[in-house]
Amino acid sequence: MEAANVHVHGAHDAAHGHGHHPTGLMRWVTTTNHKDIGTMYLWFSFAMFMVGGAMALIIRAELFQPGLQYVSPEFFNQMITLHGLIMVFGAIMPAFVGFANWMIPMMIGAPDMAFARMNNWSFWLLPPAGILLTASMFVTGGAAGTGWTLYPPLSVQMGMGMDMAIFAVHILGMSSIMGSINIITTILNMRAPGMTLMRLPMFCWTWLVTAYLLIAVMPVLAGAVTMILTDRHFGTSFFNAAGGGDPVMFQHIFWFFGHPEVYIIALPAFGVISHVIPAFARKPIFGYTSMVYAIASIALISFIVWAHHMYVVGMPVAGQLYFMYATMLIAVPTGVKVFNWVATMWRGSMTFETPMLFAIGFLFLFTIGGFTGLVLSMTSVDVQLQDTYYVVAHFHYVMVAGALYSAFAGVYYWLPKWTGHMYDETLGKWHFWLSFISFNAAFFPQHFLGLAGMPRRIPDYALQFTDFNQVSTYGAFVFGLSQLLFLYVVLKTIRGGEKAADKPWEGATGLEWTLPSPPPHHSFEEPPILK
Amino acid sequence: MNSETRSDNKRTLTRLVVVAAVMFGFGYALVPFYQKICEVTGINNLLNADDPVRSTQVDTTRRVTIEFDANTHGLPWSFKPGQASVTVHPGELVHVKYLVQNTRDRAVTGQAIPSYGPQLAGQHFRKLDCFCFARQTLGAGEAKEMPVVFVIDPALPKEVNTITLSYTFFEVAGTATATAPEPRKPGV
Repeated sequence: MEAANVHVHGAHDAAHGHGHHPTGLMRWVTTTNHKDIGTMYLWFSFAMFMVGGAMALIIRAELFQPGLQYVSPEFFNQMITLHGLIMVFGAIMPAFVGFANWMIPMMIGAPDMAFARMNNWSFWLLPPAGILLTASMFVTGGAAGTGWTLYPPLSVQMGMGMDMAIFAVHILGMSSIMGSINIITTILNMRAPGMTLMRLPMFCWTWLVTAYLLIAVMPVLAGAVTMILTDRHFGTSFFNAAGGGDPVMFQHIFWFFGHPEVYIIALPAFGVISHVIPAFARKPIFGYTSMVYAIASIALISFIVWAHHMYVVGMPVAGQLYFMYATMLIAVPTGVKVFNWVATMWRGSMTFETPMLFAIGFLFLFTIGGFTGLVLSMTSVDVQLQDTYYVVAHFHYVMVAGALYSAFAGVYYWLPKWTGHMYDETLGKWHFWLSFISFNAAFFPQHFLGLAGMPRRIPDYALQFTDFNQVSTYGAFVFGLSQLLFLYVVLKTIRGGEKAADKPWEGATGLEWTLPSPPPHHSFEEPPILK
Repeated sequence: MNSETRSDNKRTLTRLVVVAAVMFGFGYALVPFYQKICEVTGINNLLNADDPVRSTQVDTTRRVTIEFDANTHGLPWSFKPGQASVTVHPGELVHVKYLVQNTRDRAVTGQAIPSYGPQLAGQHFRKLDCFCFARQTLGAGEAKEMPVVFVIDPALPKEVNTITLSYTFFEVAGTATATAPEPRKPGV
């Protein structure tokens, strides 16, 4: 793809006469082009996905049998923590920022992101953060072993790996906030004439709302980890009972960030799905306006449900009831979205290319994850299931089968546009079916384990849990290895393959398909005219 | 990008940066807010005397065993209960003692935080006097007997017949050690 872009770029430079751009590595370090930065975001997130995935496989290998086989309990805890942090902040979030960088300017007819230099900076903050997180494994005391939630008092007591994790979170937060400011400004100010907000492509809508969520909650997380840092080193006692602090307060502050974070991950995924399903059902999205309002209501309600993560920490019954009902309320706008996707497919002339397979896989499995979420929203049930594998199964159905599948759908959907080549459909379908079956093998049994009482974040377990854990480990390894097939498919597409048309998908709509495949390095320098 | 868009972008940038900065402050504003909520709703009322039980009727038909536990957190103090356990009737006024000694050669200030097992027993455990209501300063090598006076509320649920009262003494910042304590080795 680089070769293709450079070629087009060169032609462009000749035309405009400003051909002094660096080449090779410096091209990527200094680039301010939204397409280059989008590509770097996507590759970075894939690299982090592999690192976090390797950690997941260490966890699953240890859980293949009861007893301790391969790793010490401390290292197991570090793997749990880093897997969570890396997958959330290093893999899933940058992946969707990558999509946003690539697609938003092309979807709204803008020449680039609003603040191109800041865009470069928001990307280049990520690698240091990724290095801080992974390198923290090798310092004295090892990485943070608190779980990704970083609860005190443990997080106040850990070694310097914890400080590295805190700084990584600071840097990642700064990167997300800058990225969000860029996205909001681009969408609000740089739309092509005639593109009103209610004609905005659904992916841009989801990102607009997500970016607002990020700006609202990432600073709160930054504040929370800063409080841990000052508790650790500067004698404050925000979370230290002796100094008048309270460790439970951290949980409230953390989940005030943590619950909107769930939708920060889910909403852009919804956006991608809202493009893929109409394209392959060959029908416009059903209920556009209701989709927009659903996104906005999900975002608003997400601010007022945080304490459902902490029912067992101690709360008055009135509080439990309030958080239970508010949580259930989120199922309403989410249900609107799911039913609208199904209604979009209803009587459509559907074909099942790889993006559509992943979108339908998303729809099935995300709905399962949503239902187990409803189960967990009930206080009386949650008190039983808190910190069991049922919760682990629930959020992996939402995060992996939800967000990750939607990212796969998006990659296969836009890869012909990005690279100018069609991907290998047969291999793409193999990737889907391998991922679909192995994902369910890995995570469905965890529902049963959780219901039977297997606690999460523990490297050992009682004998009766062995069979389901073995199925889960087999599934996890097949799932992990299947992603190498994905890497191969993407590399193969970049290197060559059938030439992709400007609009390779019959039912696709949107400004991005009016550009050539691959698009020129600078697109829409003159805004397109919308009818 | 024309200059009009450019200045629009700048304005949007400024607004969004302000929002982000305000939200960072909001994170910190949650701290006093949280404390106010706890104060108003009476949650977390660990360091003040409880209202005495209104009914002074002693329920002689029930016996409740109170077990005592003592811990220190980063303090050079020896701290232990004067008695392992006592058996009392709900409604009865009970006096017990804890023994504490400073093993360091200079004065150290500590604060004790109580906790209860089972947790729900906490609200029926009415402490009328307790060394945990104030900071305690012990001179070099000083030893002290410290009292706790409490009543078990007869409204204590029937199924609870043992309550553990556990205190942890925390250092009041900066008085015990000038240097940070040795980090705990994993697995110890």
